[in-house]
Parts: sequence; C-alpha cells; structure tokens
Amino acid sequence: MAGLALDSVGTASPAASIAVGAQVAPVAHAAVGPRGTGTVRFDRVCKTYRSAAGEVRALDDVSLDIPSGAIFGIIGRSGAGKSTLLRTVNRLEEPSSGRVLVDGGPIAALGTDGLVALRRRIGMIFQHFNLLSAKTVRQNVTLPLTVAGVEKREIARRVEEALRLVGLEGKAETYPSRLSGGQKQRVGIARALVSDPEILLCDEATSALDPETTLSILGLLRDINRRLGLTIILITHEMSVIREICTDVVVLEAGKVAEAGPVWRVFGAPEHPATRALLAPLTRDVPDDLAARLRPHPVPGGMAVLRISYSGAMPPDLSALVAATGGAVNLLQAGVERIQGHAVGRMLVAVGSTDAEARLRAIGLDVEGIGYVAADD
Amino acid sequence: MSPQMIDRLWQAAFDTLFMVGVSAGIAVLAGIPLALFLVTSGPGGIFPAPRANRLVGLVVNGFRAVPFIVLLVALIPFTRLVVGTTIGVWAAIVPLAVSATPFFARIAEVSLREVDPGLIEAAQSIGCRRRHILLHVLLPEALPGIVGGFTITVVSMIGASAVAGAVGAGGLGDVAIRYGYQRFDTTVMSVVIAILIVLVCLVQFTGDTVVRRLRAR
Repeated sequence: MAGLALDSVGTASPAASIAVGAQVAPVAHAAVGPRGTGTVRFDRVCKTYRSAAGEVRALDDVSLDIPSGAIFGIIGRSGAGKSTLLRTVNRLEEPSSGRVLVDGGPIAALGTDGLVALRRRIGMIFQHFNLLSAKTVRQNVTLPLTVAGVEKREIARRVEEALRLVGLEGKAETYPSRLSGGQKQRVGIARALVSDPEILLCDEATSALDPETTLSILGLLRDINRRLGLTIILITHEMSVIREICTDVVVLEAGKVAEAGPVWRVFGAPEHPATRALLAPLTRDVPDDLAARLRPHPVPGGMAVLRISYSGAMPPDLSALVAATGGAVNLLQAGVERIQGHAVGRMLVAVGSTDAEARLRAIGLDVEGIGYVAADD
Repeated sequence: MSPQMIDRLWQAAFDTLFMVGVSAGIAVLAGIPLALFLVTSGPGGIFPAPRANRLVGLVVNGFRAVPFIVLLVALIPFTRLVVGTTIGVWAAIVPLAVSATPFFARIAEVSLREVDPGLIEAAQSIGCRRRHILLHVLLPEALPGIVGGFTITVVSMIGASAVAGAVGAGGLGDVAIRYGYQRFDTTVMSVVIAILIVLVCLVQFTGDTVVRRLRAR
C-alpha cells in the first residue's frame, strides 16, 4: 500500500511527497507533532487580573519543575490560583509575566498552528466534564482526531482503544446525559487520551464525584500514568486526592508557592500553616475531652502531653522511645500510614518525667509539647 | 362560498406559504451567521472585534425598531434593485426576509450565548480551531434553542405576511382584508382566520416536536 502511494507521487512536487511521507509514518504523530517527554517548567509566572475592585494577583512569582512521568498535585484553598496555574500549561490562560516551558520549549510565542499542535499533546479533563451534549460518547471521543485530520480507519481504531482503556466499550452510542458522573469523567479521560498526549491536566477532576467514584477515577489515572508513562498534573482542594495518587505536591497560598516536595515529606512534616490547614481533615487532632483538661503550665505530680511526628522509612522504635522517656508513658493516640514507602504519622503520649521532651529530641524524634495534665484528672 | 372564492383562498394560502417559506430560508441563511458574529465578536469571544460588534448590533436594533409596514415601503428602492420589481410575491419576500433576519438573529444569539463556556474551553484544549468550535460546539449545542427560535420567527412572519397585500403580493392576509373586511364577507374572514390558526399550529407543533427530539439526547 505504502509503496504504491509513494510510486504514484514519484513525479509530484517535493511538498506533495513530504505530505505522503508524513502519512506513511504513524498517523497519530503526523497529526499531533512529535511526542515529547512531558516535562513542564514554570519560570517566575505571574498573573494579574484587572477587575472593578482593582488588580488581583492570581499568581505571584511561581517557579516549579514538573518532571516527566510524575503525578504532580497542586493543592490550595479556592482562590489560591491553582486553576489559573494549570491553565497556563495549555494557554487557556496567558501569564502576565514569566515563562511556561513544555518539554523545555517556551510556549508563549507559539502561533495558532503551534498552539493547536501543543494542545494536541496535552490532554485536559474538567470538574464538570464539559462533554458535548449533542454528540454521543463515540463522537465526543472522536472529535480531537477529526479536527486533527486523522484518517478514518485510524480514528476508529484509536477511539475503540481509548474507550476500552476507560472501560466504556458498551456505551459508545450513548449520549452523555444518560451517563453517571463517573462515566462522564471516563468519557472525558478517553477524549483527553485519544490524541496520545504526553501530559494530562486534571482540573478538579474528582471534585464533583462521590468518594467511591473518586477512588475509581483516581485508580484509572494512576493506571494510565503507569501504562502510558504520561505526566499528570492535577489540581484539587482535597489532600486525600493528593495522598491517594500524587508523587509530588505543591501547596499554593494566595498565588504563591507555600510548600513543595514529595508527598510523603509534605504530609509527614508540613511546614506552612496553609498546608496544615489543608491536612486538618486527615489529621487526628487532640481529642476534645483531653484538650479540655490540658493546662498551659506544669502541674506538680502531673504529666506532660507530647505530640511526636514521624515520617521516614520506619515508624519510631517503641522500646527506644519508652527507654528514652525514663518514666511512665501513656499512649493517648497514635497512627501510622504508608505513603510512597514511607511511614508517616503522629502519636500523642503523656509522660511523667519532666525532661522527657528533651530526651526524646535527643534520640532524633520530632517532639512538640502541647500542654500538661494533672495526675488526678 | 363560490368556487372562485375557494380557488382564491387556495392561491392565497399558497402565496403565503411561498412568501414565508422563501424569506424564512433567507432568514436562516443570513441570521445564523449574523448571530454567530454577534456572539463570537464581543469582548472575550473567540473572534473578538468589539467595534464591529457594536456597529452590527446597532444596525440590527435599527431594523428591529422599524414596523414591518414601514419597512415594506422604506425598502422599495432596495427591493427594486434586488428583484427588479416592487409588486408581487417577490417584492414582499425582500422586506419579509430583511425584517425576519435580525429578529431571528437575536433569538439565535440568545441560544448561542447559553452554550456553556466550559465546552468552548474543552474544545480549545483538544486542539479545535475556531471554525471547529463554531461547527462542533456552538451550533450543535445551541441547535434546540435555535430551532425553537426559528419556530417563533416563522409564526411571526406568517403574521407579517398579511401586510404583503400592500404591494400586491396576495396571501391570506390580503384576502381577509379585501373580501372579509372591505366587503363585509364574514365567511371569508372566518375561513382565513381558521386557515391561519391551523397553519400556525402546524408550524408550532412541528417546531416543538423537533426541539423535543433534539433535547431528548
């Protein structure tokens, strides 16, 4: 087939033979440009909106490196600028200053054709799915390929493949209004992946879903990340989403990077108040009844209440902990979970000896005194 | 009623349908691009041209402000230029189309504006060019509203076509005025009204059915 086609244009102009050459290559890549590695770099990105109330700084000097193949979480309260930041990657939003680089190349200077080609390399899914209601599931998933001019048989094959990947083979001829939220998001994912992108942007992709569906969509995203090796950048206001799938996380607060790092470290030792606030729903706080009995100053014959935080390869050695306190130890509360192969958690203990806090620090524990209780309480 | 009168009524009904049909066709062909322009050329639209947008909006409002009977007369030089005559069915079609186009464009504009901006964003994110957005997002998503608006346009055009008698174009309205009103022929008047009611109901029913089908997806 290919040989015949080439022969038939043997006398055609060089332009024509280049076009045929591109067709002989895998059609996917001819239509969407060469596939890169999927790295994104934000270099001092600022975004200022002008509104009636004056200027609003949505992004304030954000610099970040997102490595290839990462599942990179951007978290923040509403209005922190996370959605704006995500949208600068495919230029749905233009930065006021600073640069965004995809695969090392700055994207600000791209013309219409370059921008369209870039967007075909970057898939995006949305909180409210944004499916076309007048088109069937198949037509929705087909659209990115139709507008890219991909050949018909190739379209059919890849749409089938994308629908199979998200588990919606049986729903191809259904209209989106007949689907559940989770199914709609799966269509969104299929539509985003059908162009074989190197980056997937998720704009609060699970915020409109119930907890069970959220888990299944996150599982699908993790699976896609592993199987296709594409970089996923997701924004969310829920730390549980970050904990579930992300490798790295950045906390945005008022348009600035408050904290960034591997998920296990940010979870284990949150430094910024904004991070702590976002982690609060996942963290067991001091129980109410105990908090009511806490006093700010030492009580003669009472005990000190300490919070010990840990994040490392292993939870702390309990026998060493007890030995270090050199006296009575009451375990009030404790938890440990594994995040990316690290043990992350906190424990609350009441200790009798007055210098226990210093002694526990001496064996390398992260200790914080939170108050005192009387012995007879 | 005499057989001649029945013939006359048939002819009038045909003239009305012809006038309304042709001008409605023109209104769609001209009104949808006009509506797309009004929606997409505004500030923040996909083809931003705020000055042209304001200008076209003003012209549309101007045409909408002129009553049809006045427009019919005012457009006589234009009508002569376009169809070469100022009397007859074709002479009525020109002002009918000119009056229906801005009306329909405004109604279609409302439906197009209601398309979720998130859908346009999604289309941009998958690499749609602006023409793809018109073709695959704006028009299909607004279609039920546009069809509903078209139904309203056709019904109001049937009403406006009654005035076409003023340029000798005939039609049901003309028969009702000349025979029913000026010659006090109550029967003719009643029959014309009945035909008009049936016509309007048919148009409305057809439009509603199509809209329901489209919305059922």
